[in-house]
Amino acid sequence: MAEVVLTGVGKTYAGGVTAVTDVEFTVPDGAFCVLVGPSGCGKSTLLRMIAGLETITTGTVSIGGRVVNAVEPAERDIAMVFQNYALYPHMSVYDNMAYGLRNRGTPKAEIETRVREAARVLELGDLLARKPRQLSGGQRQRVAMGRAIVRKPQVFLFDEPLSNLDAKLRVQMRVEIRRLQRSLATTSVYVTHDQLEAMTLADMLVVMNKGRVEQIGAPLDLYRRPETLFVAGFIGAPPMNLIDVAIGPDGLRPVAGDAGIVGGLGIAVPATGARLGIRPEHLHVVGDEPAPEGGIALSYTVSAVEAVGAETFLHGRLGATGPDVVIREPGTIAAAPGTVRRVVARRDDLHLFDRETGRRIPLDA
Amino acid sequence: MEKRAIFQGRLLPFALVAPQLVVTLVFFYWPASQAVWQSFLQEDAFGLSSEFVGFANYRDLFAKADYYRTIGTTAFFSALVTALSLSIALFLAVQADRQLKGATAYRTLLIWPYAVAPAVAGVLWFFMFQPSLGLVSQGLRGLGFTWNPLLDSTDAMALVVMAATWKQVSYNFLFFLAGLQAIPKSVIEAAAIDGARPVRRFWTIVFPLLSPTTFYLFVVNVVYVFFDTFGIIDATTAGGPAKATETLVYKVYSDGRVGGDLGGSAAQSVILMVIVIALTAVQFRFIERKVQY
Repeated sequence: MAEVVLTGVGKTYAGGVTAVTDVEFTVPDGAFCVLVGPSGCGKSTLLRMIAGLETITTGTVSIGGRVVNAVEPAERDIAMVFQNYALYPHMSVYDNMAYGLRNRGTPKAEIETRVREAARVLELGDLLARKPRQLSGGQRQRVAMGRAIVRKPQVFLFDEPLSNLDAKLRVQMRVEIRRLQRSLATTSVYVTHDQLEAMTLADMLVVMNKGRVEQIGAPLDLYRRPETLFVAGFIGAPPMNLIDVAIGPDGLRPVAGDAGIVGGLGIAVPATGARLGIRPEHLHVVGDEPAPEGGIALSYTVSAVEAVGAETFLHGRLGATGPDVVIREPGTIAAAPGTVRRVVARRDDLHLFDRETGRRIPLDA
Repeated sequence: MEKRAIFQGRLLPFALVAPQLVVTLVFFYWPASQAVWQSFLQEDAFGLSSEFVGFANYRDLFAKADYYRTIGTTAFFSALVTALSLSIALFLAVQADRQLKGATAYRTLLIWPYAVAPAVAGVLWFFMFQPSLGLVSQGLRGLGFTWNPLLDSTDAMALVVMAATWKQVSYNFLFFLAGLQAIPKSVIEAAAIDGARPVRRFWTIVFPLLSPTTFYLFVVNVVYVFFDTFGIIDATTAGGPAKATETLVYKVYSDGRVGGDLGGSAAQSVILMVIVIALTAVQFRFIERKVQY
């Protein structure tokens, strides 16, 4: 077991393209760390640098206290699960799992025991003699997992392992991976572009954008307190409503459209402007009651209603012509398209960001 | 659901396959049937009359020691050329597959020999290795080797093997390179993480995954050595010295054209034809079954 420490890690390709800049974080021993971000954000490059499949331009990567920059992938004591599984097509399931052990000169009896054990855990027992092409997507995925766990490495690396599976299987495998990682307590680094996958799997979430780390923390901390506009927009589905605002004579008002916000926040907004963030689930349709203490009230024109049973999504505009805002209400509520409703949000549920720098402006100061 | 296109007319389908059929009939079935018919005939010494002799030509062929010697020569020659051209091409393709600077130029250069006609290649090699004038012969002599492919049968064999191999390496190289590039990079990376060093990775992952390519090339190469090396042999050694480099296909030519034994020559062509058909059949059988992973 080991912790993974990245210090000032950067990657610049021969052509001069910089994929990763100055990444710094520590994955504690046994933790499940998820790197998440849109495609092209450098998360896969970063994972491949930890694996040793890409050279490291600047900084150091250390695994279990040993700097591994110049260490071959095979010597890093890691196992990796690839997006396309990368099973050896000419080998049986058994041989696929045994290959890494054989290369390391593990005794035959030991190999047998370990492969059988992995096959039992992953329910692959009946498939050991099959070739990869005779397996379904989910089974291949499990063989790839098996190949990783038989080696008992210090670190598991996952490169979007679920993106080739259909939605139902993805949820199932996600739970399975989490359970397996918990029971083995092996330090893991997992790359995905799916924020839901990231939220549900991670002990520690690293949000990346344009080769840089935006924010690191526990999933719920990132949800509750995004430090940048990017994280605010990326974490949570449907995404947070972001409204450009300015300070007017009567408090906060949206830049576009007519005034729709009642209640100032009583804080200084930079002259360059700010962006107010409110998650759809934190907006509530109310009657005439006043806005909560320190919070805000909005006038909202409903344009469409999506009732999915457990919850209702409202699509509409702030004021009559303001920016689009989505509201997520539990259960079913009556709101006809075209009607104007009063909507409130608590102060604790509001996020304010500097429009220029994208940084969070604290409201609780 | 019916996926095939259905043609309404009766004539159109025939019109569409006609060119292909005509070409096959004119250039394969007609000469082939002529050869088969010819192999049952015997001509008199002046070529004025011929009579039907049944399998006599075949019996003659298998009764003579020199036919077996030619079979031996052909087997030796094809084994050597196939083994050499496959292994050299594979080695070069593995090198070219690595991401090195100048790989494109390197690849292009390697492909050029394939564009050289066999006879031209033969003449090239003939000149380079010509005992008294050849550049390479002089170099060899300077190093203290006696070299004379016109008199020494081992030297002659070495010369045709080199020329035939050189010619075929490009073709094999192209296919091996394509085969190597079709292997997913992640599989190789997985093997690297699984602790397989480059040499072991090659033999346990890359080589088995290349096996369909290798097998295809093996058959193609054998057919190449059996038939297409005629030009090279004719231009460099003309089957000599003392028939040391006379392969089956060269013997067809020398017995028929030079020796005037049309019946015997035709019988030999028929035997060659059977060999190729057998090879092709084996190839299809194997490609469908065994070499799949």
